[in-house]
Amino acid sequence: MAIQPSHSSRRILLPVRQWFILFSLVAAFFLNLIPLGDAPGMPDWVALVLAFWSVREPLRLGMGTAFVVGLLMDVASGSVMGQHSLAYLMLSYAAGGLSRRILWFPLVQQALHILPLLLATQVVMVVTRLVGGADFPGWGYFLGSFSGALLWFPLTFVLLLPQYQPIEKDENRPI
Amino acid sequence: MSVVGHQPPPFFKRGPAPLARLVFFVILSLALLVLDLKYRYLELARQGVATVLYPLQRAAYAPVDLYGQFSDYFSSLAAVQRENVQLKRKELESANWLLRQQHLELENQRLRELLDMKARQPVSGTMAEILYTARDPFSRRVIVDKGGQHGIAGGQAVVDEAGVLGQVTRVYPLQSEVTLVTDKNQAVPVKIVRNGLRTVLFGASGGQLELRFLAANADVQPGDSLVTSGLDGVYLPGLPVAKVLRVERDAAYSFARILCEPAAGVEKHGQVLILGSRDPLPPQVVETEARDKPTKGRKGKGRE
Repeated sequence: MAIQPSHSSRRILLPVRQWFILFSLVAAFFLNLIPLGDAPGMPDWVALVLAFWSVREPLRLGMGTAFVVGLLMDVASGSVMGQHSLAYLMLSYAAGGLSRRILWFPLVQQALHILPLLLATQVVMVVTRLVGGADFPGWGYFLGSFSGALLWFPLTFVLLLPQYQPIEKDENRPI
Repeated sequence: MSVVGHQPPPFFKRGPAPLARLVFFVILSLALLVLDLKYRYLELARQGVATVLYPLQRAAYAPVDLYGQFSDYFSSLAAVQRENVQLKRKELESANWLLRQQHLELENQRLRELLDMKARQPVSGTMAEILYTARDPFSRRVIVDKGGQHGIAGGQAVVDEAGVLGQVTRVYPLQSEVTLVTDKNQAVPVKIVRNGLRTVLFGASGGQLELRFLAANADVQPGDSLVTSGLDGVYLPGLPVAKVLRVERDAAYSFARILCEPAAGVEKHGQVLILGSRDPLPPQVVETEARDKPTKGRKGKGRE
């Protein structure tokens, strides 16, 4: 099923390929694993890509995928098992539920929808860890969501790139 | 037979409703959280997944490693020469102690034999390199490049050239995770060198350490150095841990607020030494059982 990038766009996209969704998740996972120290404002790439596909293809990327990816992230980052999976799960549910609404807006408003979702993901993680007796990481931790929301524009372009088809002008075709 | 209760035939099968799926997975996640936080049952599963993820992790480390090598290569000759001069001076300064150490150790051993005291445990260690800081922002941990394959076991102490760095808390086959002394949940039994006061050092926020539960009139001064007391059976006694930075005595609280700064380069990267496990301390005498029995008996009688 081909979907337009947004309601105002006249372009029609090719259907998404399953392997590309998987590939983008692996790439995001890889980006997350790069140890950059405590650089503030690093976005959670996996959360961002999960949110993107949950909004774009809520029927192809479900909560099960989000849960499994979260578990892998838990192991890779050495955090408590279930912390990332719980947060990603809720992100995937909310993004999938809001999918029809979000796609109706232009990109700026889409990013404004994504920002609270990413923030809520981080809040879920902070609450789980604080209940578990960990230290509060400081307010700089939440900067990652803001940079993530800013990245929504380039991300949309890059992840939709394989679905674009060349523009052929045909005056007689209805769309 | 009623027709009212019948559902319309499902044209597009999508499995259970999203909310049902959400509830199922949330319960699963919460169960995992409790199992891991409270009972630590999932270490084996974690090890398995971590082994599978290891190549990906090494690959992700490659760009950072490359950048390090790159900047090393272009670091100026002057810096290396300066470091060389410093190291030579340090070596000369410590040569005096090192040359006499063997003699002193032998003498110490003889004197200890004379006094019939237990011989001090010899120290063994494995050199390791800190690869990177763990991604988890809620704790202070680093990953080092030696793991279970190199004979590392959980609980071993980690030191650098200046003092105690932390403790190995999780061992993977080829890497291990070291919790730094500045972590909130990491406690080190220490004593103050000046007066021998024994206490416990906890991690505090901002890469500092804190001496908790010391009375407001405790004999602690800024500048005091703290060394491990060795009472825990993990750290060897006498390793430097921290230096007291500031002491705040507030009459409103019964405890003083004592902030310390770690002696080791805790927040820096470099080479570390993972010390071998200590022999276990003699088992503690358990007195509680003897005390418990009569109380149980009394309770039983009360119910009758």
